[in-house]
Amino acid sequence: MVQSPRSLSSQAPYLTVSVTDPAKMGNGVQAYISYKVITKTNFPEYQGPEKIVIRRYSDFVWLRDRLFENYKGIFIPPLPEKSTVEKFRFSAEFIEMRRQALDVFVNRIASHHELRQSEDLKTFLLEDEQTMERSRSQETGIFKKKPADIMQIFKDVQSKVSDVVLGKEKPVEESNPEYEKQKNYIFQLEDHLAEAQKHAYRLVKRHRELGQSLSDFGKAVKLLGNCEGNSLGKAFSELGAKSEMLSIKLQREAHHLLMNFEEPLKDYVRAVQSIKATIAERANAFRHHCELAETIKFKEIDLNKLRLTRSEKLAEAEREYEQLKADGEELKMKFETIVKLMNEEIARFQEQKTIDMGVAFHELAKGQAQLAKSMAEAWRSLLPKLEACSS
Amino acid sequence: MMGEEESSKEPMQFLSLNEENTCNDEVLTSNSYSSSRNVITTLASSSVNSQLPAAAGERLVSDPLLFPLDNPSTESYVDVIFSPMDDGPAISSISEPNGTGEILDELTILQRSRKTSSEYLNVTVSDPQKEWESSNSIVSGSNTYVTYLITTNTNIPDYGGSDFCVRRRFKDVVILSDRLNESYRGLFIPPRPDKSIVESQVMQKQDFVEQRSLALEKYLRKLTEHPMIKKSDELRVFLTVQGRMPLPASIDVASRMLDGAARLPKQLLGESRSMIEPQDVVQPAKGGRDLLRLFKELKQSVVNDWGGSRQPVVEDDKEFLEKKEKLRDLEEQLTDASKQAETLVKAQQDMGDTMGELGLAFIKLTKFENEQAVLNTQFLRAVDMKNVATAAVKVSRLYRELNVQTVKHLDRLHEHMGLMLAVNHAFSDRSSALLTVQTLISELSSLHSKAEKLETTSSKIFGGDKSRIHKLEELKDAIRVTEDAKSCAVREYGRIKDNNRSEMKRLDSERQTDFVNMLKGFVTNQVAYTEKIGCEWANVAEETSRYAKEST
Repeated sequence: MVQSPRSLSSQAPYLTVSVTDPAKMGNGVQAYISYKVITKTNFPEYQGPEKIVIRRYSDFVWLRDRLFENYKGIFIPPLPEKSTVEKFRFSAEFIEMRRQALDVFVNRIASHHELRQSEDLKTFLLEDEQTMERSRSQETGIFKKKPADIMQIFKDVQSKVSDVVLGKEKPVEESNPEYEKQKNYIFQLEDHLAEAQKHAYRLVKRHRELGQSLSDFGKAVKLLGNCEGNSLGKAFSELGAKSEMLSIKLQREAHHLLMNFEEPLKDYVRAVQSIKATIAERANAFRHHCELAETIKFKEIDLNKLRLTRSEKLAEAEREYEQLKADGEELKMKFETIVKLMNEEIARFQEQKTIDMGVAFHELAKGQAQLAKSMAEAWRSLLPKLEACSS
Repeated sequence: MMGEEESSKEPMQFLSLNEENTCNDEVLTSNSYSSSRNVITTLASSSVNSQLPAAAGERLVSDPLLFPLDNPSTESYVDVIFSPMDDGPAISSISEPNGTGEILDELTILQRSRKTSSEYLNVTVSDPQKEWESSNSIVSGSNTYVTYLITTNTNIPDYGGSDFCVRRRFKDVVILSDRLNESYRGLFIPPRPDKSIVESQVMQKQDFVEQRSLALEKYLRKLTEHPMIKKSDELRVFLTVQGRMPLPASIDVASRMLDGAARLPKQLLGESRSMIEPQDVVQPAKGGRDLLRLFKELKQSVVNDWGGSRQPVVEDDKEFLEKKEKLRDLEEQLTDASKQAETLVKAQQDMGDTMGELGLAFIKLTKFENEQAVLNTQFLRAVDMKNVATAAVKVSRLYRELNVQTVKHLDRLHEHMGLMLAVNHAFSDRSSALLTVQTLISELSSLHSKAEKLETTSSKIFGGDKSRIHKLEELKDAIRVTEDAKSCAVREYGRIKDNNRSEMKRLDSERQTDFVNMLKGFVTNQVAYTEKIGCEWANVAEETSRYAKEST
């Protein structure tokens, strides 16, 4: 159906992305997974309603890093872990989990009113693979923040040690009690969530183990039934068959739990970690702003000295001073932007998480209820036959 | 796993104790469920931590699933589980005023209420106590041992009384077991608890004594349930005679070997009679004092194995041989099934534990959100979390209870596996009795041929040789005695064969009944608990259903 440009733009603007068709590329250590990224949009700058490109994990990482650089204050959606070990195994489950997480990642960006306007996002969604690779390799080493660096920033924020370098006694930190509370909340939340996620993962394992043991039990019971013969033997053999059937249901539920409950929890943890990175950025911005303010103060003192001595250096010093003041204003604005954005983001984040967890809980409950009910049915169907045995 | 009490108390403080049982579907709380819960809290509060007492304790509950149905008026198993529920799984009592009483007290009461059959013999083991052995020996140092109080309640006339209380130590039980093995060759005699020397060193003293106490009780009960052994004198003496047990230990391997070794030279030199006495014949050669007999039978078995001569008496009972094969097969499958049952139980346990831990983690999260919440949405989330957490904790408890019951039922696999020991023992009784018969027959034939030789030679020589005539008469004596022995042995062999036969029939029918009950119990349990678990989660799914419409 062809639509005129006017009718296109009069529709509500949309941008949806899907990450699909994971494919194994390359061999051995060089092997990686490539994904098809399909973009459907009516954004005018996107030149067309649909575009398909091929991307790999490091492309997503590039996008995340670029957004982190350029949109300070906004909680950048988290990426699934790098996982260098599992990569070599490339199990179907791992690939599927990663694909799902990447899909969620891009869509979150695409539905964020600010992030979706990013040039880098456009590059990511539209450019061909070579251009993408070039952009990706340019970023290495300059803007790419290693996790170690971020950790260091955290430590600075937390340990209040940084100022020894500057010769100051007081730590350069915001003295905002509300913000302190928020920070504590985030840090503690991560711990609680991590624990819940750990148990959720174990629960998945338990389902697999129970499934396995039921299967083995079923087989053993069947063999036992062969020894008995007559109606008892038959009963054993039916019990064995039901056990084996239920084992399959358990394996299925294990997978369902993994994808629809454990993964969302993990995603929640990642999101909180992303917020921590933003917190660090804010602390950075604050510190720079404060440092510059100090510098400006000293510069002002110097300037006044120069004014009194009517030195030739005065003009230059004045120019420098003005420059510094402009920079100072810029840094102050940067910092204040971050603060404003963060406040908005936190509210949005909380709302979103209530929904996300609600969905996850619902999936958990639904899956467990279905599993339990079908187990009950299966066992129940054996009862009349068992009754017949004893009569 | 952290202390179960601790973990179950936390959520109970946080949530109200009022368990909202909003399950509108079929009501499933069985009497046995609520009363078994009582036992568990009882056990938990009396700080009995090991699994065994809990499992044994569970048996106390008047669970019709477990006790064999003596009265045909009992409802079917399904009905018992699916009985109409009162409001909520209230912790109803099992007509036991002192809830925190000892496990064994309740057991006695239940035992007494089981007077359904006309003749009964109920035994309880309790009150372990340390005693000191008065050392008359040169070896110094006091030797301590544990005695157990054995209480018997019966209406069997031979017992000459209805209630008895004696103190016995484990060594007495070993003696009882050995004596029974001697007197009832061919029967499937329940195996006694292990001596477990290693365990007694490794385990905590109290735990070990408890475990042994239960094992002893189980063993004695099995003896009283065996149709022939329950009438035995040995058992009666064990249960009733006060003071030191008068059953002499007839198996004392060291002294037997010594005695036998002392006799051997005389036998070899022909000074004492080297024949097998008739009265000895009713016992197997192995473990006996008669080393010579041991050697003879060993030789015979080698002869048998190398298939040289055709034996006049062989195991010819085809039916028996078939059954034996079947039992071998059964043993193998039982072992396997038993092992898998253990794995299943562990998996169920782990599932319950992890579910509980997950619930706790969410409870902590809920508390955290409630305390720190700034936005309304956080409070909403906390409510959702609480629902999930509550359900998870409840489900965890249900899994654990399911498991306790599962252990009870599947335990029968273990028991029948243990019984195979008794079966093998009875079969080896049979083969050693057969070996004795065969040995005696060989002996007889060699004696006969010796006698023949002597007779023919003496008839050739004119005048008769006094020593030869004397020898001939000795031989004829020996033949007579050996003939008697042979008849005894044949009779014994026949008796054992009969025992085997009747026991196999008994075993088959009991096993069938046991297994049917086991399956019923296991399956009914699974139905009841999984339905309940399904209900809990269905509620949460209902409460979170608004999110389902919001997604996609």
